[in-house]
Amino acid sequence: MFDILKAPVLAFQEFITLAGRATFNVVRRPHYGDDISLQMDVVGVGSLPIILLIGFFSGSVMALQMSRALAQYGAAGKVGEITAITLVRELGPVLTALLFAGRNASGIASELGSMKVTEQIDAMRALGTDPLQKLVTPRLIAACFVLPLLTIIADFIGMIGGYIMAVPILELTTSSQYWNTAYLSLEYNDITQGLLKPLLFAFEIALVGCYYGMRTSGGTQGVGLATTKAVVASSVWVFVIDIFITRAFVWYAAIRS
Amino acid sequence: MVRGDSVLRFEAVSLSFFGETVLDNVSFNIPAGGTRVVLGAAGSGKTVLLKLSLGLLKPDTGRIFLFGTDVTRFEESQWYGMRARVGVLFQEGGLFDSMNIEENVSYPLVNQEVHAGHAANAPEMARESLKFVGLEHTMEKFPSELSGGMRRRVGIARATVTSPDLLLYDSPTAGLDPITANRIISLIIKDRELHNTTSLIATHRAQDGHMLANFRYNPDSGTVVRTSVGEDNGTRYFVMQEGRLVFHGTEAELDASTDPYVSKFIMRQ
Repeated sequence: MFDILKAPVLAFQEFITLAGRATFNVVRRPHYGDDISLQMDVVGVGSLPIILLIGFFSGSVMALQMSRALAQYGAAGKVGEITAITLVRELGPVLTALLFAGRNASGIASELGSMKVTEQIDAMRALGTDPLQKLVTPRLIAACFVLPLLTIIADFIGMIGGYIMAVPILELTTSSQYWNTAYLSLEYNDITQGLLKPLLFAFEIALVGCYYGMRTSGGTQGVGLATTKAVVASSVWVFVIDIFITRAFVWYAAIRS
Repeated sequence: MVRGDSVLRFEAVSLSFFGETVLDNVSFNIPAGGTRVVLGAAGSGKTVLLKLSLGLLKPDTGRIFLFGTDVTRFEESQWYGMRARVGVLFQEGGLFDSMNIEENVSYPLVNQEVHAGHAANAPEMARESLKFVGLEHTMEKFPSELSGGMRRRVGIARATVTSPDLLLYDSPTAGLDPITANRIISLIIKDRELHNTTSLIATHRAQDGHMLANFRYNPDSGTVVRTSVGEDNGTRYFVMQEGRLVFHGTEAELDASTDPYVSKFIMRQ
């Protein structure tokens, strides 16, 4: 009866082992600085255009949707506040993470998967280097460093998108009121969860991508399968982590007030 | 390594995958400076033997000694230092396709902790090593731009760049034309004699073994020449059959063997 649970439990155990070793490697020598900077460029700078686009449009559409709802209560002036809170707490981190997962979990899984099936990972081990230290840890460090930065950029661009929609186009409010309410509405609680979320998402996305890449088997078809699984799993886990962090912050805000 | 010291020793090593035996009670010893040619048909366990020697696989039973150290139950982290003393050429070269040839060859120098002191000289050492295999003009190219034989030669350059004590070659001539295959074997002979390296060469071609046993490198002419009659250059043969080591001896003993598999194997060449 419990046989069907064996495979997922084993997979989870392998994932935890990989996560533990990759994290421990952050403080263990040797350090591959060049690989870390290269990965920051690949996953960070490479993701910037799409993050800018999506950030801008999500802010705009948020302002657009809110304009009707707020106008019903005569609160159209609060559009800056609503856009800021939604973006910083939720939309910014989650949307950025989903795009980051789609672009980079797939990239990581297919790259490591191809290396696995062409025995380059074995070659790396045979040449006296730890593939986890050389391949996984740099990707983990790079992702954890760039995703919070990308999220900050997406939040800011989103607010500009909301501003363009709310002020010059829909004329819901004035420029100074939009930015003032946006600024005043944000608390440390919002900023903390807005930055903690992308950090944990990055940790999860990089490791899920690496995990599926490193356990690829079965030739090119296996690489395709690993890539698909990496994107699906990393995206689902973004939401699972999100609900736990949000729950913790809502609970914390409640006991403080 | 002092000549005669044990470099690689297997003691009754067995390994099976999913109930199927791939290596069955294999024992041998390779002394420093020796050359061992592992002959065997596809699937006879040659690659498994090499992977076990490098710790890429672990035996089910038996013990493996590398440079006199019992490495049978080594943790992965313990292996990294040990592997830095071993050069390996994979079946298809095993090059990293996202790195250019220079980066591939200097990879062990840049990434192995024990060679950290060489990192600054890595490009120069990579060039020297590529010169050894006659490919110094390909430094900027990528593996996909080279032919199969050239990739194998780059693989040799990478395996020898750190001057390892033991070199493992996994089917270095498989799928190559006779001219290129002879060139690869000549390089193995050249490296063996210039650096006095212990070598283990897995192959299915008896000609490769014949060349290794009967030719030596002449530094004056830069070519390999036939050794004089009776001269022993330390080359011995292993013959593997379905995971078992069925023969161990010199070329004369191999030729004289009456074992049906061994003679059939030789005659098939």
